[in-house]
Amino acid sequence: MLILHCPCCGVDADETDLHPGGEAHLKRYGPESSDADFEGYLFVRKNPKGVHLERWRHAYGCGKWFLAARCTVTLQVFGTYPAQTLEPPADVQDKIRAVHPDWVWEGTA
Amino acid sequence: MKRYSAFAIAREALRHHSGWERAWAKRPPKKHYDAIIVGAGGHGLATAYYLGKNFGITKVAIIEKGWLGGGNTGRNTTIIRSNYLQDPSAAIYEKARSLYETLSQDLNYNIMFSPRGVIMLAQTHHEVRGYQRTAHANSLQGVTTEWIGPNRVKELCPIMNIDGPRYPVLGGLWQARGGTARHDAVAWGYARACSDMGMDIIQKCEVTGVKQEGGKVTGVETSQGDISCNKLGMVVAGHASVLAEKAGFRLPIESVALQALVSEPIKPCMDIVVMANTVHGYLSQSDKGEMVIGGGTDGYNNYTQRGSFHHVEETVRALVETFPMLSRLKMLRQWGGIVDVTGDRSPILSKTPVDGIFVNCGWGTGGFKAIPGSGWAMAELMAKGQSPLTEEFSMYRFREGKFIDESVAAGVAH
Repeated sequence: MLILHCPCCGVDADETDLHPGGEAHLKRYGPESSDADFEGYLFVRKNPKGVHLERWRHAYGCGKWFLAARCTVTLQVFGTYPAQTLEPPADVQDKIRAVHPDWVWEGTA
Repeated sequence: MKRYSAFAIAREALRHHSGWERAWAKRPPKKHYDAIIVGAGGHGLATAYYLGKNFGITKVAIIEKGWLGGGNTGRNTTIIRSNYLQDPSAAIYEKARSLYETLSQDLNYNIMFSPRGVIMLAQTHHEVRGYQRTAHANSLQGVTTEWIGPNRVKELCPIMNIDGPRYPVLGGLWQARGGTARHDAVAWGYARACSDMGMDIIQKCEVTGVKQEGGKVTGVETSQGDISCNKLGMVVAGHASVLAEKAGFRLPIESVALQALVSEPIKPCMDIVVMANTVHGYLSQSDKGEMVIGGGTDGYNNYTQRGSFHHVEETVRALVETFPMLSRLKMLRQWGGIVDVTGDRSPILSKTPVDGIFVNCGWGTGGFKAIPGSGWAMAELMAKGQSPLTEEFSMYRFREGKFIDESVAAGVAH
């Protein structure tokens, strides 16, 4: 059972209380953008085998969205952080690099 | 290749089974092939088979990271049907279903195709309308399905409780020519036929890089050395994004875990396949007597080939109302596979930004039923650069908004 700490209400919620929301840190492209950018924002995903930064909603708890850093191969959770954060906090990045030394924060895509 | 036949069984019975050959040859990789298929699952092997059979392209290698048929081909619930709503889906799945009917004869390998019939249960009024619409669409597409009422459902499947309080059975979409097949045998049969045509099946060989020159593919780097090729087919399901990244492009795919489980074997009690999409469960009985149960996906990105326990619990809990006898069964095994899901829940059979690379992925939760049709269409696409079956399944359809929206049509795993 996947357990994520909700940074909004402080509860360690297990996955039956949570709803996954897909890849995080997507750049939102609007009506004036190119077809390729719009396609990228709506459909194309990194889908990495390794570190995945993703959105979750504490659906049966506080109801708020937050972000998590998780490994898709080991299911290790490196940390969770508020949805309003533009990049993973330093401590989460350190925890990722402790396991995946080559991992780099690629920025919002 | 020695043909399998009743005579061969009798002959071998008289000489202590000493004359059986290896089903497929084990050969080291050559330096160059006309075409390389990455992924020796059902779809990859079928692609290679039809490249040879329909287009005479036999200088082909099928490269597999693990072992043959060890991914989703050996992990599904073996259901075969073609009752889809959208025309492009109906065309390719019906092609696959019709090829399954004669596949044992075609491959000289018993794939145990059992056209026992498939019901998709309607347990809400929304589903009743949806499946009646699908039945009408199917009759226009030339796919034989019919809408049947709850009493007919009960007749076809007596162990079902049709008037449960929460999920009553209001009818179903019945495809009498759907059914099941032995999943491993499909991979083995194709592998044996490919090997017989002189193709090389290279197992435990991971592709680590894709070599290109001037926007055109020239070969692959693998754990067993570099191999050059003119054309490259990527047929790796859950790992499609990983391989595409090595080739320098991205796909509209997310990989998630899908689970299945089987019960202890019991006496025959159910001779059809039942899919209950409202409760995300599907059920059939294997020839060994096990009840084979499939559930829904986990919903979050995952490469572990394990699923969450609570999904098993939800699936079984929901099925117990409709199939009360299940409540007394012990479950024997549970397993997961990594399925590649697209935004519209339809597959991708497409050219890619790299000349000479073709991709066949995105079959998501319902790839087994499509194996022969997928291979047939992918082979045509690779050989001729286009195929009437794949036109609508381009990876660029998401940019153009031309979805083949089976996610709305099916609502769930399909």
